[in-house]
Amino acid sequence: MIMIFGIPIQAFLGQLLIGLINGSFYAMLSLGLAIIFGLLRVINFAHGAQYMMGAFAGFLLLSWVGVNYWFALLLAPVIVGLTGIVIERFALRRLYNLDHLYGLLFTFGLALVIEGSFRYFYGTSGQPYETPELLSGGVNLGFMYLPIYRGWVVVASLIVCIGTWLLIEKTKLGSYLRAATENPTLVQSFGINVPFLLTLTYGLGAGLAALAGIMAAPIYQVSPLMGSNLIIVVFAIVVVGGMGSIMGAIVTGYMLGILEGLTKVFYPEASNIVIFVIMAIVLLIRPAGLFGRDA
Amino acid sequence: MTEISMTSETRNQTANRVQIALIIALLIALIFAPFVLYPVFLMKVLCFALFASAFNLLLGFTGLLSFGHAAFFGGAVYFTAHAVKEWGFSPEAGILLGVAGAAVMGLVIGFFAIRRQGIYFAMITLALSQMFFFFCLQAEFTKGEDGLQGVPRGHLLRFIDLNEPLNMYFFVLGVFVLGVFAVWRIVHSPFGMILRSIRENENRAISLGYSVNLYKLGAFVMSAALAGLAGGLKALVFQFATLTDVAWQMSGEVILMTLLGGIGTIFGPIFGAAFVVTVQNYLSTTGFPVTVLTGLIFIVCVLLFRRGIVGEFNASNLAVKLGLKSPK
Amino acid sequence: MTDKTLLSVRDLNAWYDESHILHGVNLEVREGETVTILGRNGMGKTTTLRSIVGILRKRTGTISFDGTDLMNRPLHHTARVGIGFVPEERGIFSTLSVEENLMLPPVVSDTGMTVEEIYQLFPNLKERRNSQGTKLSGGEQQMLAMARMLRTGVKMLLLDEPTEGLAPVIVQRIGEVLQTLKARGMTILLVEQNFRFASKIADRFYVMDHGKVTDGFDLAELPAKMETLHEVLGV
Repeated sequence: MIMIFGIPIQAFLGQLLIGLINGSFYAMLSLGLAIIFGLLRVINFAHGAQYMMGAFAGFLLLSWVGVNYWFALLLAPVIVGLTGIVIERFALRRLYNLDHLYGLLFTFGLALVIEGSFRYFYGTSGQPYETPELLSGGVNLGFMYLPIYRGWVVVASLIVCIGTWLLIEKTKLGSYLRAATENPTLVQSFGINVPFLLTLTYGLGAGLAALAGIMAAPIYQVSPLMGSNLIIVVFAIVVVGGMGSIMGAIVTGYMLGILEGLTKVFYPEASNIVIFVIMAIVLLIRPAGLFGRDA
Repeated sequence: MTEISMTSETRNQTANRVQIALIIALLIALIFAPFVLYPVFLMKVLCFALFASAFNLLLGFTGLLSFGHAAFFGGAVYFTAHAVKEWGFSPEAGILLGVAGAAVMGLVIGFFAIRRQGIYFAMITLALSQMFFFFCLQAEFTKGEDGLQGVPRGHLLRFIDLNEPLNMYFFVLGVFVLGVFAVWRIVHSPFGMILRSIRENENRAISLGYSVNLYKLGAFVMSAALAGLAGGLKALVFQFATLTDVAWQMSGEVILMTLLGGIGTIFGPIFGAAFVVTVQNYLSTTGFPVTVLTGLIFIVCVLLFRRGIVGEFNASNLAVKLGLKSPK
Repeated sequence: MTDKTLLSVRDLNAWYDESHILHGVNLEVREGETVTILGRNGMGKTTTLRSIVGILRKRTGTISFDGTDLMNRPLHHTARVGIGFVPEERGIFSTLSVEENLMLPPVVSDTGMTVEEIYQLFPNLKERRNSQGTKLSGGEQQMLAMARMLRTGVKMLLLDEPTEGLAPVIVQRIGEVLQTLKARGMTILLVEQNFRFASKIADRFYVMDHGKVTDGFDLAELPAKMETLHEVLGV
């Protein structure tokens, strides 16, 4: 048996894969948080709830109307994104002129309402979501067995992250978003409807969280609380990365996911706190975060 | 028109008199309350009122939003429960240990958190308290998911039997009054003045030569220690320690109590805690999910009611009539 | 220049939070005209521009442009009716390249300059079109801030202190650009401390003092006004 640092290579690679998959979700979620924060200056505490809503949207679409995974992949983000748009339009925008902490408290309350309601109707136990047929099964890579769905998640999340990055860095809409992040008033004086851009951004961020949720549904069970602890880890990741940079959020997400996976191999007891420990270390060495611009 | 012709000095005197009258009324109510209401319910209110007052020292008077105060409160619950149950500490020593433990944790978490401001501060405190939650989940002494059960209340100063509900109640009330008085003293001390100037304008406080970070850390540790005092009491009141007290939901609850009651007021957190605990007690008898209501109150408070109960009262006409506030 | 009034401001009052800055400003700009607002620092010149654009929302009075009432319109309508604003701090975006900065404001009418024409007028910007916007020199940033409004086809430019902090040779270059724009029929409202610069390009002047327009006169009357101006402006 091949060993790596005294660990069988299968176990090592297996945990590495799990880390990479967790990292995929971390990256997608911290990306959404960073986009929302950049423009709205709101830390979206409801991000974990919106991730859960994405998974539930997929689950309910399948069990109520028989919509399969592939359509759910499109529909779930749209549905959750629309709820985000409504929330921004009627509530969140009233808070922009206040201390940013109110945005955090509002979205925290929102998360409690959403998660509490789902728990009321569906209990705390998870609902299984079947892996789509096309992606079920696995391949033997020789050194390890790779479930196809997991491979798909890694590839798909990379595509989503890079796609979002390209959207922001290389398109006209992206230039509006970047400019409005720097100076929303001036951008609006150019004739760009910035309030609408903010609404759209919150919808996009919520939709991204939902996309991560529906992608996660076949791996983790669909449960009302699947996002509530996750969001705190993603907050730590965002502190580590600093929210100044979109690419920073993505890279930090993958990096910490992998690191967490490796911790499971070498020191399993610490695996669910390793990201917080890294956050503390980064705060000591580089308080603004690895990619942060503000002090 | 007599009100308007009052000089500011007499107005202050009236305000003070009205305030003192209100405080005395509240105290009398609290002294007679256990003969009318369940002592355990009242003690729960007092524990959370003290917890929220401790939290408000930080949010209301220093301007720092900690999203991790469950760590200090719940940590102290564990420390006190463990010391009393496993080491045979007396109740007062157990509570002091809880306070000391919470203060040390406040020092450590505060040390990291004050390196960033605003929402980052909130996220960091949340993350570090979540780390402590996972620690409690896995550590031996907390007994994980089961928690510590059957914590003895013991005898206060060796001779007052705290198993007597009224003895316990008046002990809790005494500690509560001391704790709130401590908050009041801190807020009205020169130290508290500097904290408020940091809240108003941190950069100006820095340029005036104050070592702002030290003051923030000091406030953080004091707030954590007082939250620990509330936690230590709670361990003895309920005689168990579980993960609920260190979970992030608890940090959210104390924020809600303070926000609802009135950020930056002495009495706000007390009323907020009483309200939230009462509603929770009531809801637990119905099927309605508590978290949904908690969330809704959060949303309503943030959107429409940011001054909270006491804040709104202070700004109202009634407060003007009572001489608590000068008319505009 | 025509006789048609393009911008008309009547009894404009404006506030920053609680402080009342403008106390009934009246001014008019005719189509094709270049008007300069003179006045010492803190007299409300910048506030006037920001109120007209709608960045400052706490305002009363009437502002109409080309027959459209601007008071109740959201900020993003100002450019659409044909007003381009170049702020004092220039507002070049650091996360955008020079070209992205140039292309940022949406085109509002087809009377604007093409990108090629703009690059002819500002060859430096073409050379540096891929660098980060804020890596440009102060003068180049000012050129870029003006250039990006020219592309949009606005009828009128509001310029806040375009020459501030720039070397004389750059100031001269900006003067040339403004002459070119005038020749193309652009209407310009300029706030300027540099009196010599303003007197070379303006057709008409307003003087502001303590939040009010206290005087207004044509270029021809300028020599006769010099003495009072020295007093009011301290130049």
